[in-house]
Amino acid sequence: MSLNRRKFIGASAAAAVLSAPMVKAAGAGKPRVVVVGGGAGGATAARYIAKDSKGEVNVTLIEPTRKYYTCFFSNLYLGGFKEIEDIGHTYGGLAAGGVNVVHDWAIGVDRDAKTVALAGGGAVPYDKLILSPGIDFVEGSVAGWDLSAQNAMPHAYKAGSQSELLKAQLMAMPEGGTFAMVAPPNPYRCPPGPYERVSMVAHFLKQNNPTAKIIVADPKEKFSKMALFQEGWNSHYAGMIDWIGDDFGGGNVSVDPDAMTVTIDGEVTNVDVCNVIPAMKAGRIAELAGVTDGNWAPVHAADMSTKADPDIHVLGDASQQGDMPKSGYSANSQAKVCANAVRGALTGSKVFPAKFANTCWSLIAANDGVKVGATYEATEEKIAKVDGFISETGETSDVRKATYEESEGWYTGITTDMLG
Amino acid sequence: MSRLTRFSLSVAVVVLCATAAADEFGDPAAGERVYRQCKSCHLVGAGATHRIGPHLNGIFGRQAASYDDFRYSKALMRAGAGGLEWHAETLDTFLENPRAMASGTRMSFKGLKDAKDRLDVIAYIRTFSDNPADIPEADPTATATDHDLDPAILALEGDPDYGEYLSGDCTTCHQTGGGDDGIPSIVLWPEEDFVIAMHAYKNKDRLNPVMQMMAGRLNAEEIAALAAYFATLEN
Repeated sequence: MSLNRRKFIGASAAAAVLSAPMVKAAGAGKPRVVVVGGGAGGATAARYIAKDSKGEVNVTLIEPTRKYYTCFFSNLYLGGFKEIEDIGHTYGGLAAGGVNVVHDWAIGVDRDAKTVALAGGGAVPYDKLILSPGIDFVEGSVAGWDLSAQNAMPHAYKAGSQSELLKAQLMAMPEGGTFAMVAPPNPYRCPPGPYERVSMVAHFLKQNNPTAKIIVADPKEKFSKMALFQEGWNSHYAGMIDWIGDDFGGGNVSVDPDAMTVTIDGEVTNVDVCNVIPAMKAGRIAELAGVTDGNWAPVHAADMSTKADPDIHVLGDASQQGDMPKSGYSANSQAKVCANAVRGALTGSKVFPAKFANTCWSLIAANDGVKVGATYEATEEKIAKVDGFISETGETSDVRKATYEESEGWYTGITTDMLG
Repeated sequence: MSRLTRFSLSVAVVVLCATAAADEFGDPAAGERVYRQCKSCHLVGAGATHRIGPHLNGIFGRQAASYDDFRYSKALMRAGAGGLEWHAETLDTFLENPRAMASGTRMSFKGLKDAKDRLDVIAYIRTFSDNPADIPEADPTATATDHDLDPAILALEGDPDYGEYLSGDCTTCHQTGGGDDGIPSIVLWPEEDFVIAMHAYKNKDRLNPVMQMMAGRLNAEEIAALAAYFATLEN
């Protein structure tokens, strides 16, 4: 065993001489990768580096929750198409795949010592650090709301207990009551997400509380898949949804969680449920690591390394990369590019050129699925869009059903790809 | 639609498509009538069991002679062990003349000489392959021969290592374990079939927009690399 291992190290040292830059510290053991955040970006990166390096790289994933609820498909849970456990996943598959899974909070990064501090004490050393912390909310972005109000007015934009809370409130709505949503400004996680949510809430209410109303206060004048959603709202939920865009004062909004009122452009409305989706920024650890500029972490498109520190990579929602939407699919795609580059830098394995892709499926009503997607490449200044498509209005019910079924296949595919 | 309307429509189709090409779909309603010749031996549908022949539920993509609880002829078991799988292409060949394909088969049936009858009955049987019956990319559209690809493209030797990297774009949706709930399996395909299918998307001969987009940016070497990787993937 030890003989094989020595031979192995010898071989990889030879490879180092032949190939591109290697940061493996002289005299150290295996190179160490630390990944913070076990979502679509972090879990994928951890799994791919562990899998593809075949034990040559030591991979640690730091993720506070023991059970991960996917944000994607959490709207389908609100609509009654999924149970909460359908979107819950554990990290056992990653651990079995050779990833050291640590359930703790990363609370700081010492970039000189190259360590990540944990809330539970101690620090984890790294040669390469991958941050995939998702989003946090911009304080004060919705007047009258802060995190202490998230029980009265849930955001449900990090899936799990918040999703369950919003669902419970939806189920408890009085007959003919009012559901309000405060939609977020760009850029934010999952561009079609708020509008798929409106669709799923409408679906639930149509079944259970058909005289209820939905008001959406939106600081934007247009949104992702707008024509498709509006077509669907008209055909499935006529008269139920009142979307107030910025032209009509949708951006001039405040809430009062004690009184359960929403004030839109000076007009006060009593509401029964209020889903506040505030403005977003990179998950806090990115800011603590000092790799953010404004709300997000600028990265190089070729390998997702930050512009602030070549040994820190940022994936997914938290990154500022160019043209890709903030989505689980995007994070998964970026993670594979990053994993290939990081493994190459640490072990001398071949690094292939970056290719990215994204597709976002949304459900408007039962068997009425739509999708938008694009491919991307790395340029000097950003991840740039190459080609794309979007579902068309007026598609047949067969096409929409097939699109929905495809989204189910994608869900199984991506969760398996992330978590093993 | 009533059976009668469908029937008269399918008659019209027959007239229009007298020169049916291999890439056309059959009509399951017409196929149900053709299937009367089969059902004394083969049951299909809910609760179907093996009779004189094995039941035909879920036959698409299944290896020939693969039910443990059915006694096959040695000829068919040899064919199955040799890699014969039931797809539209292979079923078409087999149904035309079963003994030509497996000379010792116990299936004493002279065969369906009419290509349209075979298309129709295959389409009918396919409605009992529950998953992925609704996926346009799955059997029986995944035929191997209806292409005009440059032989030089088919002859390209793919680099499986490069394919492994590129496969990251596929595995977001397609499971390496071969599962196919809603999105078809792409593992262990013959390389040639894989290359033909990808070029069909690239050339927009196949319709799924996600696949047109994904294949559209891959060059012939990259497609060959992916084919080489997925053809050998073990999981």
